[in-house]
Amino acid sequence: MADHHHSSDTHIVGYGQYLLIWFGLIALTGITVAVAGIDLGRWVIITALAIASIKTLLVLNIFMHLKFEDRTFRIFVAVAVLTLTIFIVLTFFDYAFH
Amino acid sequence: MTTYAPAADAAAHHHRDDLGSRMGMWLFLFTELILFGGMFLVYAVYRFGHPEQFHLAAMELNTFVGTVNTIILLTSSLTAAMSITAIREGRKGFAIGLLSMTVVLALAFMVNKYFEWGHKIELGIYPKSPEMLAKTPGEILYFGLYYTMTGLHALHVVIGVVVLLFMFRMIARDVINAQSYVRLEAGALYWHLVDIIWIFLFPLFYLLH
Repeated sequence: MADHHHSSDTHIVGYGQYLLIWFGLIALTGITVAVAGIDLGRWVIITALAIASIKTLLVLNIFMHLKFEDRTFRIFVAVAVLTLTIFIVLTFFDYAFH
Repeated sequence: MTTYAPAADAAAHHHRDDLGSRMGMWLFLFTELILFGGMFLVYAVYRFGHPEQFHLAAMELNTFVGTVNTIILLTSSLTAAMSITAIREGRKGFAIGLLSMTVVLALAFMVNKYFEWGHKIELGIYPKSPEMLAKTPGEILYFGLYYTMTGLHALHVVIGVVVLLFMFRMIARDVINAQSYVRLEAGALYWHLVDIIWIFLFPLFYLLH
């Protein structure tokens, strides 16, 4: 049956690949907790957000199948994230120059 | 197994557009992104204004409980994602088993949350409590955001459980099967979004040492 899939079907992700991604997510959680104990000054928030972003990319691409979806999906997600980024950047411009 | 005609014909015959359904779900998720995004923005501005007080307030949070809940949610996402593979392989029982694990893990997350909040409330850390009003403005803002954001997230966990239970029923009744599983994909997408929100809530509230 796998040979005759509807064209809108995404690629079937194997259990092994899911497990690998899960392991990566757990490892990144461990790293973010370990790094939080070190005093990195202003880098604390930057590393925490960088690790969270990597974890999010793993969930989006593999768990949520974004990697295997039509390109339109990725453009949509990029536009949504860009919109939120614009909100944040504009707010901080306003806040910083008060 | 049914042999499908070329895609366009199949869609016309079954009046089904799985790609469109998934896209609709993603569009809904963007509204959730903006909902939580607005809160993260409020958090960012207040944290920028009260860095030391946020730091002090975050000391009250239990990193261990936060870490355990992170692992629980990540694992629940794993089993939700795997259930789609299982249903597509026609392994109905396995798919139901995996989804049950997601639901059990979600409930474990909520139990932890219950004890976590309960402990805070016992310590008098809740909005408008005398202990809270004695704190600095930054700490009051931090706990206000903590309750609002983790509370809204927890509400999403509860809604996610209800959604997953519907998936459960549809799999049991063969409404969701190896040929038609877009509903399960949509349900799982919602669950993964709840996971992503937590991926950001966790370091921003628990790891502020």
